[in-house]
Amino acid sequence: MNAAPATTALDTTKPLAIAVLAMGGQGGGVLVDWIVSLCEAHGWAAQSTSVPGVAQRTGATIYYIEALPLPPNAPPGLKPVLSLMAVPGEVDIVIGAEFMEAGRAIQRGLVTPDRTTLIASSHRAYAVVEKQTPGDGIGDAATMLKAAEATAKKLVAFDMAAVGDKTGSAISAVLFGALAGADALPFAREAYEATIRAAGVGVEPSLRGFAAGYERAKAGPPLEITPPPKKTVAAPNAPQGDYAKLIARAQTEFPAETQAMLAAGLQRVVDFQDVAYGGEYLDLVKGILALDRVDRGHALTAAATKYIAVAMAYDDVYRVADLKTRASRFERVRKEVGVAPDQLVYTTEFMHPRMDEVAGSLPKALGHFIEVRPGLFKALDKFVNRGRRVRTGTIRWFLMLYILGGLKRFRRGTLRHANEVVHRDAWLARVRDAAAKDYDLAVELLNNRRLVKGYSDTHTRGLSKFDRVMTAANKLEGRPDAAEWVRRLREAALKDEEGVALDGALKTVDSFLH
Amino acid sequence: MAERSFAREVQDLELGEGQEFRGEGILALTKALLQSGVAYVGGYQGSPISHLMDVLSDAQDLLGKLGVQFSASASEAAAAASLSASMMYPIRGAVTFKSTVGTNVASDALANLASSGVVGGALIILGEDYGEGSSIMQERSHAFAMKSQMWLLDPRPDLPSIVKAVEDGFELSEASNTPVMLEVRVRSCHVHGSFIAKDNKRPAFTLQQALDNPVRDVNRIVLPPASYIQEKEKIEKRWPAAVEFIKSRKLNEFFDGDLTDVGIAVQGGMYNGVIRALQRLGLADVWGETRIPLYVMNVAYPLIDDELTQFCVGKRGVLIVEEGQPEYIEQAVNTILRRRDIPTRIYGKDVLPMAGEYTADVMLKGVRDFLSAALPSALSDASRAPNVPAIADDPRVKALTGVVPPRPPGFCVGCPERPIFAAVKLVEKELGQHHIAADIGCHLFSILPPFNIGASTMGYGLGPASAAAFNVPSSKKSISFIGDGGFWHNGLTTSIGNAVYNKHDGVIVVVDNYYASATGGQDILSSRADNATRSTQHPITKAVEGIGATWVRQVDRTYDVGKMRDTLKEALTDRSPGPKVIVASSECMLNKQRREKPLFNKAVKDGQRMVRERYGVDEDVCTGDHACIRLSGCPSLTIKHSDDPLKDDPVAAVDNGCVGCGNCGEVAEAAVLCPSFYRAEIIHNPTGFDRLMARLRGAVIGFLQRRRARHALALS
Repeated sequence: MNAAPATTALDTTKPLAIAVLAMGGQGGGVLVDWIVSLCEAHGWAAQSTSVPGVAQRTGATIYYIEALPLPPNAPPGLKPVLSLMAVPGEVDIVIGAEFMEAGRAIQRGLVTPDRTTLIASSHRAYAVVEKQTPGDGIGDAATMLKAAEATAKKLVAFDMAAVGDKTGSAISAVLFGALAGADALPFAREAYEATIRAAGVGVEPSLRGFAAGYERAKAGPPLEITPPPKKTVAAPNAPQGDYAKLIARAQTEFPAETQAMLAAGLQRVVDFQDVAYGGEYLDLVKGILALDRVDRGHALTAAATKYIAVAMAYDDVYRVADLKTRASRFERVRKEVGVAPDQLVYTTEFMHPRMDEVAGSLPKALGHFIEVRPGLFKALDKFVNRGRRVRTGTIRWFLMLYILGGLKRFRRGTLRHANEVVHRDAWLARVRDAAAKDYDLAVELLNNRRLVKGYSDTHTRGLSKFDRVMTAANKLEGRPDAAEWVRRLREAALKDEEGVALDGALKTVDSFLH
Repeated sequence: MAERSFAREVQDLELGEGQEFRGEGILALTKALLQSGVAYVGGYQGSPISHLMDVLSDAQDLLGKLGVQFSASASEAAAAASLSASMMYPIRGAVTFKSTVGTNVASDALANLASSGVVGGALIILGEDYGEGSSIMQERSHAFAMKSQMWLLDPRPDLPSIVKAVEDGFELSEASNTPVMLEVRVRSCHVHGSFIAKDNKRPAFTLQQALDNPVRDVNRIVLPPASYIQEKEKIEKRWPAAVEFIKSRKLNEFFDGDLTDVGIAVQGGMYNGVIRALQRLGLADVWGETRIPLYVMNVAYPLIDDELTQFCVGKRGVLIVEEGQPEYIEQAVNTILRRRDIPTRIYGKDVLPMAGEYTADVMLKGVRDFLSAALPSALSDASRAPNVPAIADDPRVKALTGVVPPRPPGFCVGCPERPIFAAVKLVEKELGQHHIAADIGCHLFSILPPFNIGASTMGYGLGPASAAAFNVPSSKKSISFIGDGGFWHNGLTTSIGNAVYNKHDGVIVVVDNYYASATGGQDILSSRADNATRSTQHPITKAVEGIGATWVRQVDRTYDVGKMRDTLKEALTDRSPGPKVIVASSECMLNKQRREKPLFNKAVKDGQRMVRERYGVDEDVCTGDHACIRLSGCPSLTIKHSDDPLKDDPVAAVDNGCVGCGNCGEVAEAAVLCPSFYRAEIIHNPTGFDRLMARLRGAVIGFLQRRRARHALALS
């Protein structure tokens, strides 16, 4: 009696499967409830479940819905047997409430070209591992988009968080709108809106978010991932006096490929100090240009324009005081924290100067005098080294920072400046030396300046990584792959704080150098 | 007060005969208890059964009306012990907890209860936390049922089946004088569905009646010789009674199919997964029609020999679908068949994996391999040798590895526990790495990036106890953590008392955030809020001192990273004997926001002067080294691409989720990071004086700013 398959009349209906990948706090539960209500309002049977675990604490959550129409002649109480977990390869709709969460769905095999409509918000909420990297640890959105295009039967992707913000609604409403706009469910737009109304919570903003999501899904252009925009620095329309001369010099003496970055660098160093400092900057870049090659598109000068400016406009007490007291900064804070016109805002800065910073800000001789006397240094540090809460919006504190910012005119005479100049000159001498022998290596040596950043301990750590990579570069020089290895070492140095990856990479270098 | 209000769900608990209940599985369970005439309920919260506790906690009025006593038990052991009310009195009681962790804690009481036996129905509802989304070690509750001879229900994962299991469970318990366990998995607890409700029932016999007419029977007490008699009674009386009840009431289900040469015997909870696998093989449909006969064990323990024999006899092969290890059911079925000389081949862990969750694909592969071996003709060619290229092999999908970041749960925005671990990181920078014992609770997120703190976790409230061996002279002390939840669960004695008595020279940090937060923000003994039905506001320091600790420090604002760091340093360098206990207290931000935000908004609306704080980063001061993030990990402290052409790396930024806890600023200050952070104090409804001062300050500051701008070059 065990006949071959398909003799018994089994119903071949498959339920519609929807997976929602969201993060804790994104309203994934609300969205799922809407979808279930929408289906049930049309005489469908629907079941949803989720695996939240402890994910309400910011982790990833997966919700799963199955639904199907009840047959017209269904006996009362007829209920389908629905799965409680998504079946890879058999999901009709995947909703990713964040771009990389949509990526996670793809990795799990939930998105397949034969049937899956993928609705993904392209905004990013960075994970801790992306944020904590000393360099740039952000996952590449272009790679994700390629995977989405490769796996989805239909892709609806745009920044739904931004649309939510604009319409004053939660992202869940925009996602619901995009679901309607994607035509993946056989229900009319009005039915979706009726569902939102029936749920009765935050109806008006949700309807606005829904409508915007719907329209954008219907008519919007396909998602494109472009590199994050950088400000272009334009020279002022009518530059004054010596600054005008400086700009003219920059425009005439340097090749076209380097102009954009040169303008930015020049503006930064002049802003940091004065016009004469801008002149020094151009001189230094010029020194590199003399060693550059046209056939390489002036790559050496291009790197020099950027990193010499970074090195010259280092972060010191005067710089911070100046930046914190500018009118433009006051304006930016108001915008950033969202202050209404009828509200007032005061800022408190969290500063923690140590004797190192104070000594650096003193005239060179005095700073040096203190620095070489550990006892004195320690005694003074005890007095100086503590956290200071600076209320920049009050006259007393503002005045203090304002005066400090004004003292930048004496910067050239400070201990810190002398140290910076020595460090910078040694670095550039090394670059010039390499340029004649190994052009690519010289470019990488310039790029290494990226490693020096931060304040206090972080700055020290950055300097030490810089030194280690530069030392390794000395050893590598002469090898055809020297530049490539220096680039790798730098990338390793930007991977973690303690330099574990750098240690590993240096060991590898040592292994083939001996 | 739990982090969520269940006021609406409480209304569903009042539904009457014939009305449709719609909602989560766990709430259906709660309603089922009330329909069954339960007299008392206890339990300890934890995923996935927290909502059962929370909704009852919010339903005190209804419970009072029905005459149901509800305890928020101090631990699973306390909950299980309370079932002794059903030992001598015909009173129905239920307790609930997360399993197997809770069952481990409760097993002393459960074993005694199982030995004594019950006359009133005693139900233990277990949130079986196995598989994806689980937060605990992976084990089965099944073993507890077997070792103590309690019965284990494992209903099909839909609301009517789950509700029926509760009602059946009480009756089974009473019919066999045995406590009954009911396991529901994570997805079943969270499944949304519906069932037709019945009226709630008042308990037939009340706790007051019991107290007024106390009964004792020395034969029911676990002490020789009664305990020997009880052991025999379990097997000779209670087991047969249970088997008889299960058979006569048809608690297990048979589903016929035309391919009678084979069959699948499945735990109730796995039923939907099996149907889906069969459906994918063309052997079942979405309405549950199946060509392969099924035996669904809604009672996972004890097995009903006669039913299994009846199912297996005449079949070539039967597959046992049983999740987790070891394969108790499969072994038992083999024994049953061997004793009766039935040659049916039993398949199980040979085609299905021994360990791990039975996901859809695992189930499909197992069922297919079973049929390939036992009845190949049942499979179509396509399903026998599926030839579908896996999308996962596409290079564009493979490229996502390393691009899609892991996203484990972590500390919430503004969490007061974060600064404690930032302080530990700072102390370790100074004094070197230490052995750090972690505990269970939100604070266990410290083991993940960016903190990477904590070497072990041994169980709830056991953090300091797990460091007990390290009580030897050394240049470095051990550090151990314990949450306020774990502290009151058992930690006061097991961890603190243990350290005091043994003069353990270690550092113990009690993370006190006023609630059992990881399980949903339930009140505990040291909660600061007034609770109408519970006794709160019992300081942890008093308890610690009461048990004999002498070196005790209270830190009242954990966000003060400097103070946290200094206190830790003081504890680590102190020379006195005995434990150094630091109680680090600040309110759970999730709960605080839920409490304070509506009040704040209302005050603003009413025109009162209110100050809201939030933090920000000056992007031109930030150099993008992310040291602040490595010491904070706050979700609202994030990064953004800088539009500054001179900056390569993303800069730090604070998003609109910021609740103004101040941790990022305090960390930047204490760790001497950078001056990028600022606090913005936003004054809502400023007073006339505020405006006057703002105008004055604005005038002076504006004058100075314009003056400097005039002297500076126009750079753009």
